[in-house]
Amino acid sequence: MKKSKLLMFLAALLPLGLFLFPLWNITLEAPQYPTPLGMHIYINDFADANPHDIKNINLMNHYVGMKYIPEAIPEFKIFPAGIIITTILGLIIAFKFSHKWYLYWFILMVSLSAAGLYDFYLWEYDYGHNLDPRAIMKFTNPDGTPMGFQPPLFGTKNILNFTAHSYPRLGAYLLALGIATSLVAYIVGKKELKRT
Amino acid sequence: MKTLIKFMTLAISIGLFFSCGNGTSNTSNQGALSANVAEKVYVAPGEHDEFYAFISGGFSGQLSVYGLPSGRLFKVIPVFSQDAEKAWGYNEETKPMLNTSHGFVPWDDSHHPDISQTNGELDGRWVFINGNNTPRIAKIDLTTFETTEIIEVPNSAGNHSSSFVTENTEYVVAGTRFSVPVPQVDMPISEYKGKFKGALSFISVDPEDGRMDLKFQIIMPGFNYDLSHPGRGKSHGWMFFSTYNTEEASTLLEVNASQNDKDFIAAVNWKKIEAYVNNGGGKKMATNYAHNVYSDETHTATSTMKKEVLVVDPTEVPDAVYLLPTPKSPHGCDVSPDGEYIIGSGKLSADLTAHSFTKMLDAIENKKFDGDAYGIPIINYEDVVGGTVKSGGLGPLHTEFDAEGNAYTTFFISSEVVKWKLGTWEVIDRKPCYYSVGHLMIPGGNSRKPFGKYVVAMNKITKDRYLPTGPEVTQSAQLYDISGDKMELLLDFPTVGEPHYAAGIAADIVKKNSKKFFKLTDNKHPYSVKSEAETKVTRNGNEVHIYMTTIRSHFAPDNIEGIKVGDKVYFHVTNLEQDYDVPHGISMIGANTSEVLIMPGQTESFVWEPKQVGVWPFYCTDFCSALHQEMQGYIRVSPRNSNVQLSWSLDGE
Repeated sequence: MKKSKLLMFLAALLPLGLFLFPLWNITLEAPQYPTPLGMHIYINDFADANPHDIKNINLMNHYVGMKYIPEAIPEFKIFPAGIIITTILGLIIAFKFSHKWYLYWFILMVSLSAAGLYDFYLWEYDYGHNLDPRAIMKFTNPDGTPMGFQPPLFGTKNILNFTAHSYPRLGAYLLALGIATSLVAYIVGKKELKRT
Repeated sequence: MKTLIKFMTLAISIGLFFSCGNGTSNTSNQGALSANVAEKVYVAPGEHDEFYAFISGGFSGQLSVYGLPSGRLFKVIPVFSQDAEKAWGYNEETKPMLNTSHGFVPWDDSHHPDISQTNGELDGRWVFINGNNTPRIAKIDLTTFETTEIIEVPNSAGNHSSSFVTENTEYVVAGTRFSVPVPQVDMPISEYKGKFKGALSFISVDPEDGRMDLKFQIIMPGFNYDLSHPGRGKSHGWMFFSTYNTEEASTLLEVNASQNDKDFIAAVNWKKIEAYVNNGGGKKMATNYAHNVYSDETHTATSTMKKEVLVVDPTEVPDAVYLLPTPKSPHGCDVSPDGEYIIGSGKLSADLTAHSFTKMLDAIENKKFDGDAYGIPIINYEDVVGGTVKSGGLGPLHTEFDAEGNAYTTFFISSEVVKWKLGTWEVIDRKPCYYSVGHLMIPGGNSRKPFGKYVVAMNKITKDRYLPTGPEVTQSAQLYDISGDKMELLLDFPTVGEPHYAAGIAADIVKKNSKKFFKLTDNKHPYSVKSEAETKVTRNGNEVHIYMTTIRSHFAPDNIEGIKVGDKVYFHVTNLEQDYDVPHGISMIGANTSEVLIMPGQTESFVWEPKQVGVWPFYCTDFCSALHQEMQGYIRVSPRNSNVQLSWSLDGE
């Protein structure tokens, strides 16, 4: 079997790691929490970093009127389906199609991932800004607008007494590696074509 | 006249000059010295101490938890006395813990904590402690630092030679200080001699869950059994009890119990007696005692009255009990880490007597006896003594050991700790105590493996050591560094109640097991609710049960109507929190009991009997959160014949 084909197989399979490992993690640090509060985001679940963390995040956030983190969101159905479909697609491409299709798969995955990130951003924005009008504590920015509590999409940010960290986890790295591998497969495939 | 004034001025100036000079140099010297000592007890903010010290509360009835070397107090664990702070003995769940054959006894005199052992080393699972007054043994669980079991000891009075554990925590041992008629009977006190008995109780401890069970009692002659310690290593299987009042006096004991030149240390081969009992030996005696057990699942205690106890006549078990003559009303009875020496501290003497276990076995084998007492053989004094420490002190009480073969003995009358060498019996060092030391404690000092870095002296008299607080002043402990040849006084720290003994252990063994909160899903309290949706109020006649929850920062429900004067209202409050250190409290105006303080995942109950019509508030007593002050509610109390329906709500829902 050609090297490019092997690489494309690998590329298609790597995103399945998202079913085993978290995609993203949000961690909240504060002086009162010597063990920080943390939430792992899987493609099909929100999970506690330590037992009851989500419950305790909700308890903190209700003071500023943030909604409870839902048990389930529509994305928990859409994302796994998307991963399974694109993996099957990738495998079919690896089996049947030429290296050009590897590039199309790469472009598809990059677009879908970008869409996924944008969706995550929208959810975060809503979570941080769509506040209960009866919120116990109402904070405003220096310009008088209501303060939002949106965690960062990527990076670290101070929100009142908390320092919020938001970073990808192993699942996301495996997805990225899969996408990158498909591009490598394409390039290797192109070189193989020249040689023959 | 002028000359005289001049002369006096000169004299005063010189005096000032000299005293200033002296003063300065003294201060600077002490400063350097104290800085060095201060470093040894300084535990930086946020850092943890190296050792836990469990220090008994004496007449407070409790057990306090300190850190060493800082001497900081972390917790007072309620054991035998009601504690309004923690609702111990006030809430419905823990009232049964203080039940006895005499009814509810809300106080005791807690004496000798001892930590559970495995293979003679501290395992840090439980602390046992005795109630001296109404004889009881309590077990404290070191995952929750709460008292989870109390067993009453029948046929006993002044439960003092207790609560010491054997090498594998097979038994926690409780000996009676006062002999009494066994079984109790109406008889003239003057007929004490020969008729009063001393019961030595062996309470088995389940190796898995720690459940205690009074396995057997040895009915000994009517002496006072003062203190005890287990054999270890080669002497494992034996238990040693010091005795006084072998005169069997019942009045003016200070004189009448001090007549014999020697009393005894009773050596009990409990393994022999255990085998005897396991083979059907002993007699069942009718009695009545309470066994109280607290469950961390139901968060509730139950009290069971036991009606029978197995008693053993020591003269019917061959080779099981011997008496070792020991001078001058011995108090402390301490066993060296290798199990070879049993140190008797004749409290009216200057010397210590170290009995040799090897010599004892030899004397028994060769029948080197000097008569008997009520059929129990007395071993020849010369054939059992391994050595005598000529201490130079007065009034020895207790001895603990380090890991280097040294022993440390407290002297009450001469107010000092004396360090001496096992085997050579030479005195190495002595340091004064302020004042009149009773017990001392070296972490692990009553085990095969002492940690031997510090000794804590627990003093009986405080006088001027701290800022005065009126006629009653705090009790005082003192910490000495014993890592060098010479002991060094590091720290004074005040203690709760009157410490009689303490047990210390390396913090690393215990702290990793400390529970952070109770799992709500494991809560099996019959009146618990797991969510606000399940909260309710029920009525059965005039008995009302409120199933309530707490979470930051509200009660559910917080408005209740339809309660009537003359009702008996039970609050059952479940703390729904599942985070470390987020307790909530609740108190109701006019309730004839304490607040309750509920740990996350726990349910506690208290009773309120409203006597006046009106709308009465309740509130959270623990500053739980930023909105703690808002954590309150109201109960409407209507007249007895009112038609107001029972209703409850939170935020109008």
